[in-house]
Amino acid sequence: MDTTSTTVLVAKGLTKVYRMGEVDVHALRGVDFTLHQGELLVLLGASGSGKSTLLNILGGLDVPSSGTVHYLGQALHSASQSELTRYRRDNVGFVFQFYNLIPSLTAYENVALVTEIATDPVAPDEALALVGLGERLHHFPAQLSGGEQQRVAIARAVAKNPRVLLCDEPTGALDYQTGVQVLEVIDRINRELGTTTAVITHNAPVAKVADRVVTLADGQVHRDERNMTRIRPSEIRW
Amino acid sequence: MLISALDRKLLRDLSHLRGQVITIALVVACGIASYVTMKSAFQSLVYSQSTYYERYRFADVFASLEQAPAAVAERLTAIDGVREVDTRVVQRVMVPVEGLTRPAVGTVVSLPRHGSRGLNAVHLTRGRLPDPTRSDEALVLDAFAEAHGLSPGDRVAVVMNGALRQLRITGFGMSPEYVFTMPPGAMSHDPKLIAVLWMGRDAVAAAHQMEGAFNDVALTLEPGASQADVLGALDRVLAPYGAFGAVPRAKQPSHYMLSSELSQLESMAGFVPVLFLFVAAFLLNVVLSRLVYLQRSQIATLKAVGYADRDVGLHYLKLVSLVVLLGAVVGVAAGAWLGRAMTELYTGQYFRFPTADYRLTADVVVISVSISLAAAVVGALAAVRQVVSLPPAEAMRPPSPVVYRRSVLELLGLSRLLGPSARMVVRELERRPLRLALSSIGISLSVGIVVIAGYWSDAIDYMLDVQFHRSMREDVTVTFVKPLSARAARELQSMPGVWRAEGISAVAVRYRAGHRQRDSALMGYPRDLELRHLLDSTGERVTLPPTGVVLTRKLAEVLEVRVGDSVEIELREGSRRTTSATISGLVDEPFGMQGHVDEETFARLIGQSPTINTALLRVDRAERAQIFERLKRLPWVAAVSYPGEFREQFEGQSGSIMRVYTLILTLFASIIAIGVVYNNARIALSQRSRDLASLRVLGFTRGEIAAILFGELSAQVVLALPLGLWVGHLLVQALGATVDPETYRLPVFVSLRTFAFAIAVTVVSAVISFFLVRRKLDQLDLIGVLKTRE
Ligand SMILES: Nc1ncnc2c1ncn2[C@@H]1O[C@H](COP(=O)(O)OP(=O)(O)OP(=O)(O)O)[C@@H](O)[C@H]1O
Ligand SMILES: [Mg+2]
Repeated sequence: MDTTSTTVLVAKGLTKVYRMGEVDVHALRGVDFTLHQGELLVLLGASGSGKSTLLNILGGLDVPSSGTVHYLGQALHSASQSELTRYRRDNVGFVFQFYNLIPSLTAYENVALVTEIATDPVAPDEALALVGLGERLHHFPAQLSGGEQQRVAIARAVAKNPRVLLCDEPTGALDYQTGVQVLEVIDRINRELGTTTAVITHNAPVAKVADRVVTLADGQVHRDERNMTRIRPSEIRW
Repeated sequence: MLISALDRKLLRDLSHLRGQVITIALVVACGIASYVTMKSAFQSLVYSQSTYYERYRFADVFASLEQAPAAVAERLTAIDGVREVDTRVVQRVMVPVEGLTRPAVGTVVSLPRHGSRGLNAVHLTRGRLPDPTRSDEALVLDAFAEAHGLSPGDRVAVVMNGALRQLRITGFGMSPEYVFTMPPGAMSHDPKLIAVLWMGRDAVAAAHQMEGAFNDVALTLEPGASQADVLGALDRVLAPYGAFGAVPRAKQPSHYMLSSELSQLESMAGFVPVLFLFVAAFLLNVVLSRLVYLQRSQIATLKAVGYADRDVGLHYLKLVSLVVLLGAVVGVAAGAWLGRAMTELYTGQYFRFPTADYRLTADVVVISVSISLAAAVVGALAAVRQVVSLPPAEAMRPPSPVVYRRSVLELLGLSRLLGPSARMVVRELERRPLRLALSSIGISLSVGIVVIAGYWSDAIDYMLDVQFHRSMREDVTVTFVKPLSARAARELQSMPGVWRAEGISAVAVRYRAGHRQRDSALMGYPRDLELRHLLDSTGERVTLPPTGVVLTRKLAEVLEVRVGDSVEIELREGSRRTTSATISGLVDEPFGMQGHVDEETFARLIGQSPTINTALLRVDRAERAQIFERLKRLPWVAAVSYPGEFREQFEGQSGSIMRVYTLILTLFASIIAIGVVYNNARIALSQRSRDLASLRVLGFTRGEIAAILFGELSAQVVLALPLGLWVGHLLVQALGATVDPETYRLPVFVSLRTFAFAIAVTVVSAVISFFLVRRKLDQLDLIGVLKTRE
């Protein structure tokens, strides 16, 4: 991959401090980070190392305590609430560890929830077909397995045709087989649609599917490596 | 897509929460309905009254006189500001009716001559008008006729000008002049005792030697005319003809009573329904804000996927508005129905208007619905704001991790007494004191309004008991046609079967202390008074001291005087002399304000030997009927009654309407209580379902997790009950402050029955709620709850 390609997201000197009564929790302590156009990036790190915090800031779900984040030149660290909403609505697809589907809406409707407000969406059934759920359109979340729910969440994230897809432990709650299926979907979206993707995982082997692997430790970037070869999810063993 | 995914979520949420939606809507409905019922009934009565007055041309000014030639009418019409004049012949008569121990007091009123419309027109309810050429036909006041089961065609005996005449009843009628008829000596309106007969003018005139003359004037004023000027001019014109003084409409007896009934109704339609409306709105606010807050992580997800705060806010706004509108439709419909029913009850049975003009004005609906809507919207938006103000990343996590502490009970070493479930209950309650407090306050408010709804009945019972049982100790109350010397009492005492007779004197006076003054009455009692008890605030008897005057506590407050101070007393009749007396005590009486003195003090104050207006008798109960018979034959006796009769009359009339009022409000208050308790339980279930499902997974039985949830709910209810009774007591005090204390004083007294009922309603609704929630709990989809994050 071309390293000089456009950077979609650039973060410099990010810190995030949570005040917990008397103690300050430093979740991020000066993180410099870039996400390039079209790449599939995996974020690794021990529990509590700050992965989710970083991803949430990149996705406009949270703001840093200090430092800067830019999305294609637009400053996110100083953006207003409504600018962040617009940013999320137009550019970011999210996949959460606990799926976060709306329980009272069917798979189809959960996706429609997003396509209705997006500018250039994919039809919900198409998005669901993309994740292999073309047959389960009208099931409610409670009627789907964890992996299926996660795939609905991915369909919901990609249906808006986002520039950036951010996934926080998308396989965290899933077994190996299902986890691989979900990764396959993410991998395919990245390859076929060219969506810039960042995936958090606890599973070091998963890193092999990435173009680049960033490891966080104790709120700082510990390693930033380029994979020589990027393997297919189905080839992973763990 | 026709309907957006977000609206679809709205509909699903509504149907999923239908139990709560329905009960919340019912709370709204009851708040609105109580306001709409009472306000619209009151407004309709005022409106019915004014249309009645207008359509039947109720006069503005009334005057009666000995006799004046018909030609004088011309001079009355010429008075500046007078629009229309109606001269009549009006005579007092006696109407002996079978079944009455004494004749009813009657008034014969001449009907306008053919071709003239007259004022105070008669509305014919049955039969026909009397033939003006016949002297033996009469139209009878319908309330009187119905009370005696008369019908058109029947004959009625009337003593006119000393002669007994048999009149044929041609029909029944009613008139704005006689909406309320109050017999002399009665404490409330009794349609049995007052007859009004309308007859042809010539017939009435002939019977009283008043051909070509009149003795009564009714007139209306030009708009903007000065009433005082007209009254003065009228008195001047009529003075040579033995005028008794013209009175404005405000002092016309029927209108005066009607107005005071309406103002009493206004105070009933004021405080309590408004209170209900606001309590319902507050509960709505609390319940809806919790309901919305339960969707915290869904709100965060909506934000995360790109919905703006405004979109999310609007979504919940729609949700709560639909619930409120559902309640509003039900509430307004129920309120309109009950309001109409109450209006008809009043106009049909009590006030007797020809038609009940029920009207529900837009402002009543708009005010009640917007207060409810505003409360709901504020509650929902506050919850939404609370969630959206957090970064979505944080809102998506379950609410802030709570700090577990060992509970106070545990620290006290009582933990061994608690099983693991009980310990969980205690910790949960201690961990969220605010939630416990809010829930308990909500329930206690609903307990409070159940108390105040039942209070009206208590207040009436209490006042009636004080007045007619503890204060009036006589078997028979005799009212005289005019003040008589004390000999009258002795004469009554000598009648067979009468054990004791006490005469009471009453005179109109003006009390004065410094620059403060009040017109009222002075009552004089015999030294060895037994049949009338004056009571202090604790219900203890106050014996009249031999010197000085005992005042109603409120009168002393108005005059700003205390026991030991001196008060000036000016007679408002006869010699009009002014003397002064020392205040020797205060009494608490539910009605009116007056002064009480011993007979000797009375004589000293009025400067002559006292006359008595009323006699109280203790009689041989077995002979009461014969004694009544004998008393009514005495020419100087106007009325004979007994305290229980007053009470029965009251119970049968305004009393029965007050009971209906109490019943309606109690019903509404109970529904509100049920709605609140049920919603509290449902919300607790939602808040805790995840924890409870986890416990089930860990091996707890359904019964055990139910016990945990119910433990928490019971704690709320148990806390709320005493708090609610206290709230009810405070509300009762507040209510007491809304009535005019110079007319009557509401006792701050709530019966055990009312308290017990409020407790029962709450406990029963808690038990039913537990049962319904228990069913939900049994159906708890363990995997579903754990698998999906709400
Ligand atoms: N709202 C918060 N309040 C206080 N501390 C927080 C909060 N959110 C995160 N933290 C702390 O910040 C640090 C980083 O958290 P973060 O969620 O980013 O870790 P992570 O790398 O995603 O961990 P995991 O792999 O377990 O998800 C942790 O120590 C965490 O306890
Ligand atoms: Mg994380």
